[in-house]
Amino acid sequence: MSSKAAPVPAAAPAAQEETPFRRFVAQFAEDRIAVAGLLVFTLIVLAALLAPWITPQNPYSLAKLDLMDSRLPPGSKAGDGFTMMLGSDGFGRDIFSAIFYGLRISLAVGAISCLIAATVGMTVGLIAAYAGGRVENLIMRLVDLQLSLPAILLALILVSMFGKGVDKIIIALVLVQWAYYARTVRGSALVERGKDYVEAARCLGLSHARIVFRHILPNCLAPIIVVATVQTAHSISLEATLSFLGVGLAQTEPSLGVLISNGFQYMLSGKYWISFFPGLALLVTIVSINLVGDRLRDVLNPRLEK
Amino acid sequence: MKLAMKRALLATCAVAYATFALAQDIRIGTSSEPTSMDPHFHNLTPNNQIMAHIFEPLISMDAKQTIRPGLAESWKVIDDTTWEFKLRAGVKFHDGSDFGVDDVIATWARAPEVPKSPSNFSAYIRGKTIEKVDDLTFRIKTAGPEPLMLNHLAQFGIISRKNKDMTTEDYNSGKAASGTGPFKFSEYVAGDRVVLTRNDTHWGGKPTWGKVTFKSIKSDPTRVAALLSGDVDVIENVPTADAQRIKKDARLTTASALSNRVIYFHLDRHRDTTPFIKGKDGADIKNPLYDLRVRQALSKALNRPAIVERVMEGEAEPASQFIPESYAGTSKNLKPTAYDLDGAKKLLAEAGLPNGFKITIHGPNGRYTNDAKILEAAGQMWARLGLDVSVEAIPAANFFSRASTGGAGGVPEFSLFLVGWSAGTGEPSDSVKALTTTFDRSKGTGSANRGRYSNPKVDELLLAAIRTVDNAKRNAMLAEATEIAMNDVAIIPIHYPLNTWAAKKEFTITPRSDEYTLATSFGRK
Amino acid sequence: MLAFILRRAGQGLLVILAMVVIVFFGVNVVGDPVWILVSPDMTQDQIAEVSRSLGLDRPIWEQFFHFVGGILQGDLGRSFVHGTPAIRLILDRMPATIELALVALFLAVILGIPLGLFAGLKPDHPLSRGVMAVSILGFSLPTFWVGLMLIMVFAVMLGWLPATGRGDLGSFFGITTSLVTLDGWSHILMPAFNLALLKISLVIRLARAGTREVSLQDYIKFARAKGLSRSRIIGVHVLKNILIPIVTVLGLEFGSLVAFSVVTETIFAWPGMGKLLLEAIQRLDRPVIVAYVIIVVVLFVVINLIVDILYSLLDPRVRLSGAPA
Repeated sequence: MSSKAAPVPAAAPAAQEETPFRRFVAQFAEDRIAVAGLLVFTLIVLAALLAPWITPQNPYSLAKLDLMDSRLPPGSKAGDGFTMMLGSDGFGRDIFSAIFYGLRISLAVGAISCLIAATVGMTVGLIAAYAGGRVENLIMRLVDLQLSLPAILLALILVSMFGKGVDKIIIALVLVQWAYYARTVRGSALVERGKDYVEAARCLGLSHARIVFRHILPNCLAPIIVVATVQTAHSISLEATLSFLGVGLAQTEPSLGVLISNGFQYMLSGKYWISFFPGLALLVTIVSINLVGDRLRDVLNPRLEK
Repeated sequence: MKLAMKRALLATCAVAYATFALAQDIRIGTSSEPTSMDPHFHNLTPNNQIMAHIFEPLISMDAKQTIRPGLAESWKVIDDTTWEFKLRAGVKFHDGSDFGVDDVIATWARAPEVPKSPSNFSAYIRGKTIEKVDDLTFRIKTAGPEPLMLNHLAQFGIISRKNKDMTTEDYNSGKAASGTGPFKFSEYVAGDRVVLTRNDTHWGGKPTWGKVTFKSIKSDPTRVAALLSGDVDVIENVPTADAQRIKKDARLTTASALSNRVIYFHLDRHRDTTPFIKGKDGADIKNPLYDLRVRQALSKALNRPAIVERVMEGEAEPASQFIPESYAGTSKNLKPTAYDLDGAKKLLAEAGLPNGFKITIHGPNGRYTNDAKILEAAGQMWARLGLDVSVEAIPAANFFSRASTGGAGGVPEFSLFLVGWSAGTGEPSDSVKALTTTFDRSKGTGSANRGRYSNPKVDELLLAAIRTVDNAKRNAMLAEATEIAMNDVAIIPIHYPLNTWAAKKEFTITPRSDEYTLATSFGRK
Repeated sequence: MLAFILRRAGQGLLVILAMVVIVFFGVNVVGDPVWILVSPDMTQDQIAEVSRSLGLDRPIWEQFFHFVGGILQGDLGRSFVHGTPAIRLILDRMPATIELALVALFLAVILGIPLGLFAGLKPDHPLSRGVMAVSILGFSLPTFWVGLMLIMVFAVMLGWLPATGRGDLGSFFGITTSLVTLDGWSHILMPAFNLALLKISLVIRLARAGTREVSLQDYIKFARAKGLSRSRIIGVHVLKNILIPIVTVLGLEFGSLVAFSVVTETIFAWPGMGKLLLEAIQRLDRPVIVAYVIIVVVLFVVINLIVDILYSLLDPRVRLSGAPA
């Protein structure tokens, strides 16, 4: 119900003096922790992208793994001669390499699912706001229904029905997330729709699609960006949780969640590194995204401006 | 200040908790939970092991699965198809009523007919007709010779004639839970615990434990944590990852027994082109698993000691056949295939496949100890043989239906896949019959032969063996059938896992080969 | 009001129908439950017999109509694994989950509000920054990972708290709960804290934001000017005003606590309905999954309804109508 929906953040009509972007950057940079978060996140993304060139081992190639290298503590030498800085897991995977490759999968799952969910959500939300009436009513009922069920439960059931795999988990994550975007976009778009420039565009006889996508949408982007950062962190964490519960991704090409889950069984026997370092990587990733998201929310949401 | 108070409170909790357990109590952490308290509802180890405390079978099996008298004190074979059993006199049910042949007859009527049972005990009871001689004597008649009579009678518990028509819910609530066993039913909280109390008047003498609590703790590390923190006294299925550490811990004691289970690869022997093997260029090729040399090469390329040591962390032994050599009916000539990568490559070249092929191997995830890891380890080893290996571990729920009937036309789907098989009877006749005789629904042979291996010689020997009552003769036939199947690489055995229990050091453990965790296996020093 | 409730009930029914269809046909795609249930030494004929007795040999749509027919008569079917009515299995375990969720909610309130209040009143105090950092961490830490760390530290290393399970049960006004025994509390503390972690962060943030907004309001300035004591201003005026949104959000979050207990219950072997769901999924126990979904959706609809009604009572500006605002 709209009555329980959190107050919808209004779109941010950026100030006019300087370019809005510059002002945004300056405001964002005021918070040093957020800048640090952004820096760390950029490094993480770079590391994930460059994984094949900067890691000593391809942890997904069976021919490169040797069972004899399994469960070595950090700093040990592998059979192939390189040093396993963070030790190895139960299959002889170098944890350092596995984290970089795992980041690739975790980030990709998070980013792709967010991208699709945002696209779907935006389209649906815009249609609702622009069309109004019955269409809007129907769409928003659907959104409410979706949001009334917790993501973890829905994702758990969907993934266990779809089966394991990157594609399946992305579908499940999209299905549990699109509604957040739809709700946000509709809220902002409703505000925009009432503004004069939309009226003017209508009078000029521009097509609906052009008005919606070229004029309304750009003005709704700020809140979408905030939601997207939060949701990316959320979906990375959700994927890790599902993998931990044994319904997420496959064992052979582990994401961070699978690595942690695999290491989970070694925690008590003192082989902390198998689970600890991937856990740390996951934590740093999510924290850095959340720090950025937090700052974005402050900057893009004029209600909280000092 | 607040923190100090909180700490004090926590400490009190811990002390209160520690003093709670009495010396006569034992708390056992199990890795699975029973699905019911009805002894005839679900023929499954987690159920059977708890039921065995309350309801006793006619014949009992000791820790090494050797036949011992149970509720039946003695027996004799009258002729090939008739056995006579004498029941123990003076045995009483928990509700005070006398035990006699009528209770056995009631069990015979109920056990195969429990409604909605996912797997009942009919396999052990059908085809065996009971004739009452007197209150403590009865005869069993069968259509043909039944050499495994005693093993079968050891598989299910006897209920009281009064509770013959009780429902599964009546057993779950405890209303009908009256058996003759060493412990009485006290409490069943589904998903959490089963509590049993001592039966002071048990015919075998007063049991050691006054109160037995089975707590189900599925997650491996959590179960170990429960033992380390003193939450439970004993745990079953010590995870391989923690076994070494627990063995070194002075506060704990462990004991292991080689299980009657074998972990093995089954191979597709029924399709000329098998769906998960292709040429390296991706084109269909003739099923290479038809060729003995390829099968031998696959077996030789497996480094069993490495799997045992690195994946199972020493908690297993390399396997050469269906059950460990220490059991009856096994071949003493078979040895685990030695690791020989060069030899394997040579065999592959001789078979006309010097460059190997592309293969996807399958296995369950979470059904057997470390199953997905063993699968991946095997994948690594076969990759070194020169094959392009993909590994696919599938949740157990999905795996078995696909492995049995998932292929086109309802045939087994996979080409080369990891499975396990345990011999509940403590000898290999069931294993040979289910895994390597010709698949035939009407005869009931090859029921788990998911590779569809077929060899008339093995069929013939097995069918003769299960009609031979003479133990020595039967065992010789089973050993021979085993040797033929193994030399033909009908399956690729990998290892026999160890079952390991761990307890606080003031406890003693008698490990069992049948994977059962029984309160009577534990004592106090 | 009645139209509003009816509309809500109708929506709930729609969700239930959609979820039941997904689960019913989804399980069928995953695999045939019969293979998990049977013991391996059964012959094909015996397996076929089990399949028949459970009705699994029928075409899936026929099973579905049979099931829907059952629902109309109030029968949600029997668990394949346990043989008992699925609904009873779940209701039996529901008290444990509700208990866990309530304690988690309680922890979230007593830890979250004071911390958030402090951070809101003194936004530039170093401790406040610490609190906010912790709250970001609380949002980011994966629940399962924290659960394991808690067990490692408090149960294994320090030995203060039992690692798993639910404690002794006691009876309180006819309600059976573990919250009336010391043993019960020692068991529930860790899982409840684990489950509460996210909500603690949430409450901190809500309380902080609320406090910052409220402290700028005229009536607070007025109260200060009037010379009211600081503790009275905070305790009465600020707290009262930030409490309404917190209570509302927490009411809605209760449902998500119940859902998230799947993770916590699995780690701490807490015998609740979340653990049952995961086991049912692993064993393809379709009737239990379906019954769980139905029960949880009903629970959610009811919670949301209550929160909405309460909210409309607390804040007269909110009108309950079915139409969008």
